[in-house]
Formats: sequence, structure tokens, C-alpha cells
Amino acid sequence: MSEDTRFGLGRTVTLPGPLRLDGGGSLAPVEIAYETYGTLAPDASNAILVCHALTGDQHVASEHPRTGKPGWWTRMVGPGKPIDTDRFCVICTNVLGSCMGSSGPASRNPATGTPYAMAFPVITIRDMVRAQAMLLDHLGIERLFAIVGGSMGGMQALSWTATYPDRVAAAVVIASTARHSAQNIAFHEVGRQAIMADPDWRDGNYYAADTTPSAGLAVARMAAHITYLSEAGLTEKFGRKLQGREAKTFGFDADFQVESYLRYQGLSFTDRFDANSYLYITRAMDYFDLAEEHGGMLANAFRSSRARFCVVSFDTDWLYPTAESRAVVRALNAAAAPASFVELSSPFGHDAFLLENAELARLVDGFLRAGDGK
Amino acid sequence: MTALRPDLAIIADNVAPGSRVLDVGCGDGALMAALRDERQCDARGLELDGHNVAAAMARGLSVVQGDADTDLADYPDSAFDYAILSQTLQTTRRPDIVLENLLRIGRQAFVSFPNFAHWRMRAALVTHGRMPITRQLPLAWYDTPNIHHLSIDDFRDFVNARGIAVEGCWFLAGEKRRGSGWANLLAQHAVFLLRR
Repeated sequence: MSEDTRFGLGRTVTLPGPLRLDGGGSLAPVEIAYETYGTLAPDASNAILVCHALTGDQHVASEHPRTGKPGWWTRMVGPGKPIDTDRFCVICTNVLGSCMGSSGPASRNPATGTPYAMAFPVITIRDMVRAQAMLLDHLGIERLFAIVGGSMGGMQALSWTATYPDRVAAAVVIASTARHSAQNIAFHEVGRQAIMADPDWRDGNYYAADTTPSAGLAVARMAAHITYLSEAGLTEKFGRKLQGREAKTFGFDADFQVESYLRYQGLSFTDRFDANSYLYITRAMDYFDLAEEHGGMLANAFRSSRARFCVVSFDTDWLYPTAESRAVVRALNAAAAPASFVELSSPFGHDAFLLENAELARLVDGFLRAGDGK
Repeated sequence: MTALRPDLAIIADNVAPGSRVLDVGCGDGALMAALRDERQCDARGLELDGHNVAAAMARGLSVVQGDADTDLADYPDSAFDYAILSQTLQTTRRPDIVLENLLRIGRQAFVSFPNFAHWRMRAALVTHGRMPITRQLPLAWYDTPNIHHLSIDDFRDFVNARGIAVEGCWFLAGEKRRGSGWANLLAQHAVFLLRR
């Protein structure tokens, strides 16, 4: 049997499209960068789509080519892990609009031959999901054994069950929400304004220039990063400790450890992420409102779905607090969907879903095993 | 597998195979697992304690973390063949509303509860003048989750007054089943099967 080049690490495919977009218009061709782990069963029944968060990528369990760091969810995805690559064929795609190989503002606009920049169409979470569905068609996968995602990945998982109810057997939604709140949108707007206020942004046309709006992007990342943590976690880690000095300087250097930590987080982000992609993806999240897409009733989004659901929140997550998960679970109950929900305890805020959590690992494992052999 | 708690065993023995079941206050899912594995039921659970929910989910069960007092309203009418409330009624803030919801969600409802009128309880209160602490109800008055104590006769009066039909009742003394004679005095635990 010849090696099927559609599967493996570091894959990119150009699909002819067109991909119809929620915002009107369409995109063609559509490039999708993705990775697969494990082996697809002959009947394609063991595929799990893992969806990444805002600044994540397709390298869920492989080394990141730019940073050299291990994949963002190696705790959960791998041989013998809860999302077991010995049993499942795990697929992770770089979302539409991003900058790790999928079509996004940095891609070449076939109409002009130059990068799209702000001419790239505004996309939605559902558009990302439609692009993923196109990739699954290409891979010959009709039905997902499961879809798993945290944060924005959870939004994609929810959107999948509503958009393709026949194509998903189970959905795991972690630290996520069915709609972006005013507070969520507010924080994103701060980040976008920081980018657009950077003179190097040049209305998005910086790809040919010597400089990129890295200062603005770093500030956007710093502001967002705070929302991923908890006050208790920050206090425990940094308190008011000073960084590399005995006394305050009474100036604007990074006197406090928390300041230099955030500056580092911001700067290291600019090495691996495109500022325009940050604008497009945050916008997609802001527009996300699954109930609105279904006549204002969230339960309606799940009426056609036959998927089992597993919803998890963390008690210190104030970005997508437990109340948001409960709203999803209420709607699932109202739709009589088979749903599980638990609020896990962690000091790490929204970031908890990316960190070691034995309870999360155990229940994702149990949830996926419950679907085995059916 | 480990033996079910006696009141749960009574419920498990009397659930029709293949039925749809909601277990309210399902703990770590022991009854649900038995109903799924031995009776091929489609079982769902509701449970307050997060560690219990996680344990039940790790068994592959569908359990939602939530509160019987507030979250039963989210379930549609007649969504289940049975709604089960075992040893939870006495911990709810509004047992009457919880029971109404049970009978709205399920065509039938199993309710099990400790009988506060058992003679040991009566004797302890009369003799010592203190709130009784027994093996069935082992917690002191200040940290017990049981906030609405009831007796078997109280429960009968309650369902009669509301026109709820009793389709079956079972009584336990210690771990053993016993007859219905003098149940209000001699049974420590009761299981009722109700229908709207």
C-alpha cells in the first residue's frame, strides 16, 4: 500500500472552493494547514478533530516549527493519552484566518498577487468550521468520532454540532461559551485598537515593509494574557515582587516581576503571530453567538444533533466563566441531548485547560471510551 | 461489580429494561452504571458535587453538575420514563417543587428517603432531648445536609393530598427489606414509586 500523503505532520492542502462565507462573498481557493496523528480506520470511524484556541495552531502534539516548543496539548494528545493516537486518528487544522499556513490575511490574494491584508474577508467561527468540513471531505472522513476544543476551539466544537449535526458523534467543549459577551468583546477591542494604533500597522499593509506592528501586537497579547489568568494565580506567582532589583526605580522600567513577565509574553508572541490574523480571529470570536444563528434559542442549535456532549468549565476562569457553560448545558438539557457537565477546580483561570489537570484527563478519557464500540 | 446500596438495588430491580432514566443526585453514578450495564437503560444524571460528577463522567456516564432545587426546570416534560431521587429529597430546599419537577420530567418517579419517625429517632429525641444521630443519619444538627426531615406518613399524606398515585413502596430496616406493617415506626428507609 502506498503512503497516503494526505495524512501526517506538516500537511497543507489547497482546496478549490469556493467557500461561502457568513459575511457574504466567498473564498477561493482555500488553503488549509493541518496535521494528523495516528491511523485512520479503514471505515474512517475513529477520527477526532481537535480545535485550537485563538493563538493556537495545528501543532497540537508536534514541535512548533518556529518556537521549537512541544505541541500545545501534548498532555492530552498522544499514544496512551486521553485522546489516544494509538486508537484514534487525530486531526488538527490551523483555522481559517490564521497565519500558520491556512488562508488568512497574509496569504496571497489571487486577484492582486500581493497579500490580502485587510482585503481578506471577515470570517466567522462557522466559516472556520465549514473550511474544516471541506478538509474532512478531502480526507474521506464523513463522520467524526468526536470533536474536542477548548476556548475558541470549544466554540468550533459547538458550531460543528449545529452546522453538521449528522457528522459529529461526540463533542467535548472545554472552558468555552456559546456567545461572546460584551466583556469578551471589550477586551478584544482593546487588543485590536492597540494593533491599529501602531504606526507600523499601515492599515494592514505591512507585509512588504521592513517593520511589522509588533509593539501593538505585543500590547494586545499582554492585555489578553491577563484575561487567561486568575488574580489568585497572578498573586501567587508574582505578588508585588520586584524584578532583578532591590528597590523601586520610580520610573517606568519593568520594576515588578509581573510587568516583565507580560512584556516577555507580548514580545515572544510577535515572533510567531501575524497582527492582521489577530484582528480577524478576534473578530470571528466576537461575532460568535450560536443562539442568534438559531432564532435566538440556543436549544434550537442542538435539536438536530445526535451527539453526546461533554462540557467542562474551571472555577477560576473569568474569561468564559462557569455560567457560560451552564447556559450551554441548560440548552442541551432542554434539547434532551445526552450531556455531561462539570466545573473543575483549578487556580490557573482560563489557561487551566492547557495545563496539567488529572481530573480533566480522566474524564475526557472516560467520555471518549464511552463512545467506543458503538 | 460492587453491590448497590439497598435502596438503589430496589430501584434497579424495578426499572423496566431499556428505559430512559434521569437519576437526580446520582452521586458517583453507581445506580446509573448498573442500569446501563445490566438493564440497557439510557441513563442521565444530575449531581451537585463536582468530584462525584467527574467520577461518573470517567465511567462514561452522562452527568450534569447541578442542583435539584434550581436545575430540574431545564429538563423538558416527559423526557424520561423514570426520574429517580434517592436519599436527596430531605436535602432540597423545596421538596414539593422538586417532586413536581420529577413527575413532570419522568412518567414515573422513584423517591427514596430516610424515615425520621423510626423508633430509634423517636427514642433518642424523647430520652435525651437532643437531635438524634444514628447510622442512617450520622451528622450533627449543624452540619447535616438534611434540612427537611420527613416521615413515611408525612410522605404518604403529601402525595395523597396532591393526587399522586403510589405504584409501589418498599421498606428497609438496616440493610434488610421488611414488610409495610408499622412501617412509619419500624422502617429506617422507604422507597416509593410514584405516577402523576
